[in-house]
Amino acid sequence: MAILVNENTKILIQGITGDFGGRHAKLSIDYGTQVVAGVTPGKGGQFFEHGGKKVPIFNTVADAARETGATVSTIFVPPPFAADAILESIDANLDLAVAITEGIPIRDMVRVKRAMGGRKTRLVGPNCPGIVTPGSGPKSHGGCRIGIAPGYIHKKGKVGVVSRSGTLTYEAVWQLTCRNIGQTTCVGIGGDPVNGTSHLDVIKLFAADPDTVGFIMIGEIGGTAEVEAARWIKANCNKPVAGFIAGATAPAGRRMGHAGAIVGGAEDTAAAKIAVFKECGIEVAATPSDMADALIRLAQVRGVQLT
Amino acid sequence: MNIHEYQAHALFEKFGVPSPKGYPAASVADFDAALAKLPDGPVVVKSQIHAGGRGKGTFTDGFKGGVKVCKTKAEAREMATKMLGNTLVTLQTGAAGRKVQTIYFTPACDIKKEYYLSILLDRASSRPVIVVSTEGGMSIEDVAHNTPEKIIKVLVDPAIGLADYQVRQLIFALGFNPAEAKNATKLIKALYTMFWETDASMVEINPLITTKDDQVMALDAKVGFDDNALFRHSEIVALRDLNEEDSKEIEASKYGLSYIALDGNIACLVNGAGLAMSTMDIIKHFGGTPANFLDVGGGASKDQVVAAFKIILGDPNVKGILVNIFGGIMDCNVIASGVVEAVKEVGLELPLVVRLEGNNVEAGKTTLNSSGLKLVSGDTMADAAQKIVKLVSAA
Repeated sequence: MAILVNENTKILIQGITGDFGGRHAKLSIDYGTQVVAGVTPGKGGQFFEHGGKKVPIFNTVADAARETGATVSTIFVPPPFAADAILESIDANLDLAVAITEGIPIRDMVRVKRAMGGRKTRLVGPNCPGIVTPGSGPKSHGGCRIGIAPGYIHKKGKVGVVSRSGTLTYEAVWQLTCRNIGQTTCVGIGGDPVNGTSHLDVIKLFAADPDTVGFIMIGEIGGTAEVEAARWIKANCNKPVAGFIAGATAPAGRRMGHAGAIVGGAEDTAAAKIAVFKECGIEVAATPSDMADALIRLAQVRGVQLT
Repeated sequence: MNIHEYQAHALFEKFGVPSPKGYPAASVADFDAALAKLPDGPVVVKSQIHAGGRGKGTFTDGFKGGVKVCKTKAEAREMATKMLGNTLVTLQTGAAGRKVQTIYFTPACDIKKEYYLSILLDRASSRPVIVVSTEGGMSIEDVAHNTPEKIIKVLVDPAIGLADYQVRQLIFALGFNPAEAKNATKLIKALYTMFWETDASMVEINPLITTKDDQVMALDAKVGFDDNALFRHSEIVALRDLNEEDSKEIEASKYGLSYIALDGNIACLVNGAGLAMSTMDIIKHFGGTPANFLDVGGGASKDQVVAAFKIILGDPNVKGILVNIFGGIMDCNVIASGVVEAVKEVGLELPLVVRLEGNNVEAGKTTLNSSGLKLVSGDTMADAAQKIVKLVSAA
């Protein structure tokens, strides 16, 4: 078991004929992921070809899902059109939409978020690296890679990772893999202030997943999502959790690359979040080099086998 | 993106939000023409910079107050002459302050009472929130901390827009008389329309005022816009004042780099915002001080690395550089070659520590080590941070 996606998940890619979408579609196919359809309006009937595979392209998400059985969409559509692409995947009643696009206007996401209420589709992102459930082949081949994360750094196993940031997720995953600790699923939820799936949403899934024995939660300055997740863990989850918050040295009022990474008040500083993590029994990584080791420390104390 | 108060007032006028009719002037020669348009009587002279706390600020030549209420136009002219071209330091500008390049003259209002009004994004609900308080004219953070019951919030459903009953909730909470309530209703609706239609990230009016004849007006104005939405607002982009932005940050944005200057001496060059923030953190953890935030994005091309080095070296405080790249998809050897070429091109003299991790990392390290450059290789982030801190403190 993993969370959200597994090696049998059929995915479609909105924006498969663009440079960015096409490059990562090829990498997902190489990883062994079941990329069954592409969607580019006006290019329906054509094929996306790579490594001997011919992926059919459709004009609409509804057509692609109906014809191929895809249940998950990955969105690589440029920012001005990305919110519409997300709405299309919600309308097609997919299980999951993963929006990789960076730079979607906040107002567009406010409308999308409102439109999602009561609908079946879960959104991960936007402005996120995506989701990887490692496979059991060499260098985790055969797993489900959705988005832009490097597949080979993963290893199939029992630890979950959830993060707002891309490269910081890779850093944590690589530390785990180098210590021979594999992962169930790694989820990048994105660095925007309005996003689909929160830290807490993912953590509830990890807590309920019998194969995930512990996890790493990586956060940033800005907002209070990590704090809510930490309080829920304290009340509901006895799996070992390691945490890290980026941005302890960031000055207030300056946006640190991510639209959501900005200190607005006393509650959303790194220091405030770290204090709550500690109070909730989360083992805090003192530096980003310490993320995997922090989890190992806590797992040892709790007698949990991570490998 | 932020705009000046005088520009915000012009936007207010366009959307029907009442504010005092003022006139900006960017040179002493234009002062008289601007003042001539004002009615006779007291004038408020306001320094235009993108930072709050102007009234209590001090200029670097010792002159106090970036906002002055003057009894006559002659006095206003004299005060404005002292402010223009002078550098104003406030609680929000940092020690360097901001050079005042425009003066805004407005008629002084006969204030009956001051209130607070703002509209921004509520992250928890992913909806716009309207915040009001009867405690206007003071720091809203202090009001929220000391008397939280005096902060009233209304969340707006984006599918419906601002409903009349919500405006009434705000109006009654502020205790307006019937005439004021009528005017305030118009103002709040107009302000919400402006917030939504311009993709504003924040509109703050502090103070919102009532006058003796029951008018309601936006006296001060702080307006910011969502950078991601600027592509559909050329009229807002035209208001951008590059004088208010760091020249190195402007240069960086041309190369797709996200750069923010800080006051330390160890520069860093990183791919990814989260990793870049935590690279700053780890420098501090091991006793150094970061000179900047610099995210080269998901990849790191040679041209970007060269541009990044040039920007970093434009900061005279920098005494060493830490490069931290997690080459997930990109070949580390390509990145290493880019770093080597960039160092040669800019003729780097300062200590440089490079930490590469990811795809084809061994070849990348070989490229770095055989380059003949005086760079040091770091294995982990912790190792690299300790090495650069040591090199800089030894220098």
